[in-house]
Amino acid sequence: MKQSTLKKKKKRLIFRTAMLAVMVGLIAFALISNLKDDKSVVAKGEQAPNFQLNKFGTDEVVSLDDLEGQGVMINFWATYCEPCKEEMPYMEELYSEYKDKNVEILAVNLDSTNIVVERFQERYGLSFPILHDKNGQVMDQYNVSRLPSTLFVNADGVVEEQVVGPLTLDKLDGYLNEITPET
Amino acid sequence: MNEITCECGHVNPEGTVLCEACGKPVEDNQHLNGNENQALLNMRYDGSARRSQTYNRTFIDKVWNFFSSVKVGVWLIVITLIASAIGTLLPQEMYIPPGSDASTHYKDQYGLIGQIYYQLGFHNLFSSWWYMLLLALIGISIIIASLDRFIPLYKTLKTQKPKRHDQFMKKQRIFGKTESDSIDMQLMKENLKKNRYKVTEEDGSLFAEKNRFSRWGPYVNHIGLIVFLLGTLLRFVPALYVDDFVWVREGETKMITGTEGQYYIKNEDFILENYDENDERFQEAIMRNGQPVPKTYQTNAVIYERTDDIVVGKDPELKEIKEAQARVNHPIKFENYTLYQASYQQNEFNEMTFKLHDMDDEDSSYGEFTIDLNDPETEYELDSGHVVVLGSYFPEYELDDGKPVSVSKYPRNPAFVFNVYPPGESDGEPEVSFAGIGANVDGSGENEFKVGLVDFDVRDVTGLTVRKDYTLPFIALGGAIFMIGVIQGMYWNHRRIWVKPKDNGVWIAGHTNKNWVALKREIEKSTKGTGIEPPVDQQELKD
Repeated sequence: MKQSTLKKKKKRLIFRTAMLAVMVGLIAFALISNLKDDKSVVAKGEQAPNFQLNKFGTDEVVSLDDLEGQGVMINFWATYCEPCKEEMPYMEELYSEYKDKNVEILAVNLDSTNIVVERFQERYGLSFPILHDKNGQVMDQYNVSRLPSTLFVNADGVVEEQVVGPLTLDKLDGYLNEITPET
Repeated sequence: MNEITCECGHVNPEGTVLCEACGKPVEDNQHLNGNENQALLNMRYDGSARRSQTYNRTFIDKVWNFFSSVKVGVWLIVITLIASAIGTLLPQEMYIPPGSDASTHYKDQYGLIGQIYYQLGFHNLFSSWWYMLLLALIGISIIIASLDRFIPLYKTLKTQKPKRHDQFMKKQRIFGKTESDSIDMQLMKENLKKNRYKVTEEDGSLFAEKNRFSRWGPYVNHIGLIVFLLGTLLRFVPALYVDDFVWVREGETKMITGTEGQYYIKNEDFILENYDENDERFQEAIMRNGQPVPKTYQTNAVIYERTDDIVVGKDPELKEIKEAQARVNHPIKFENYTLYQASYQQNEFNEMTFKLHDMDDEDSSYGEFTIDLNDPETEYELDSGHVVVLGSYFPEYELDDGKPVSVSKYPRNPAFVFNVYPPGESDGEPEVSFAGIGANVDGSGENEFKVGLVDFDVRDVTGLTVRKDYTLPFIALGGAIFMIGVIQGMYWNHRRIWVKPKDNGVWIAGHTNKNWVALKREIEKSTKGTGIEPPVDQQELKD
């Protein structure tokens, strides 16, 4: 075979490979972007995005970044969510124990009125901080669509576990243990 | 590569059906265009070498050739059409009743078929991965099939020589032999030029051609389609395309979803106007509709921009940038976003005013108090010194197992537990009562006072679509190119006429990609007075 034809063939192979690669790349981009749209809740292993919310009924501000170095459990809930009510006492039960082990519980509440939450807090005797996500911005940011949803974030700010739906006391204890920083 | 050297001396690439220069049929390749034992030549792609038909060596070549096939392209389109049709049989996910869960809705409503429909992703067809893949494969097929045909055709039409092989001439649909020794080739040339043909000469042979560019129409058209597809692909880039939705209550200032926390909107007022029921012109239509017919929806809004660093959840510092109204077809535009009036909810409670009076005397009064349902206070002190404490508040009250609960945070059906303390008895036991819409229950059965509803105030919620779209110019460009391609290919025809001198006269042949009548007419006009007999349509003769 002639030198020139060999060269031509090689050129064509390169051209075809490049074209196909570009097109496959575009398809992959489209499919992956499409998949991402449907994704719910910040996934396991991802960095938990920062947020800053007021403690209910006060001007005290809590920001996730300030809790670096601690394990953080972020619980999305509302007073009008029945299953949320079940797990609240469990959280209260374990709170003081884990607080000493450097684990914070942030209960991100989606109600709109102070009085409703205050009454709830009194009735259940809750001592962990309840944060007010007035417009559901943090819920949006975390892509949470169902209440309750809970994220367990370790001391490095990485989501270790995420649970959609209510937790049992055993499970809660287990997950909190997972994000307890080593001393 | 086995190149084919024609007797005219031109070297053709492998797979050539008709010599690029002189048009002589390449004997071994006639099967490629189905020319065996045919009286006329199949002129598609001018007999150029579609390489995909000949090279099939590496894996890449095999993939390439698969997509190069028009048959494959047509099948992909047919499959996509069938899938699109099936997607219309049951409602798409966006049209199922709000609040219902797609994973159970289809099974509950349509049984096993619904379940299969859902599992295969037909419920959200345009975002299902396999549908997108089908569209992408069509895109690939368009690109490869076009490239594989355009390039050889372009080369062939560029290389063609005026002097054509006898075989080529004879096997054209329009062909004629004239035996005469008084033929005016010069006049023929002039006439062809008058008919706006480009005429070239070689060894006395004439070649007249016009509108070659119309052959590129289909390829231009396909470029348009590809630009269009790429435009839709850009919609996945959030910086270029946002399509979101936001509910805003009257009086509320809210972050506009999709703007990444940059912009806020305040709903000053939502206006719903119905057609006048007393107007004769509308009465019949309103009766038929069974309920009032809205004339306008309008949101009076203020748009703010956030000026501090964005931290999600933190109260923003806002700067007003615009005061505007959104009506149907008259969206609010700011920066690169557009807000369309898309939906509304009416009659959510905003404020309720109560009066404390004696149990058995509705006209007595110890004072009134108004509860802001979005931010109720814990206690209200009345003029008379009575104190009403909100024991509980249920924004959307329902009875669950005999216990009052709230099913949402929105005051759609508010109810309260009131604790009433007479003046100076704030340490004592309060009188407890429960009050809601159409309910007022005395807690003990021995209450002295009653908290009665006097007045309430409702507010509307507006629903706005948030849109940002930089992809439209691409899509419009794609559409425009598509149309140019269609026009280019449809309104002009590529016409060619060959005249070849022979010992005892001339041969004449003609070819066009469509509208043979016009070609014949032009040949007839051109041959007038030249002594050349107008050729015949060999296809018509055969039929």
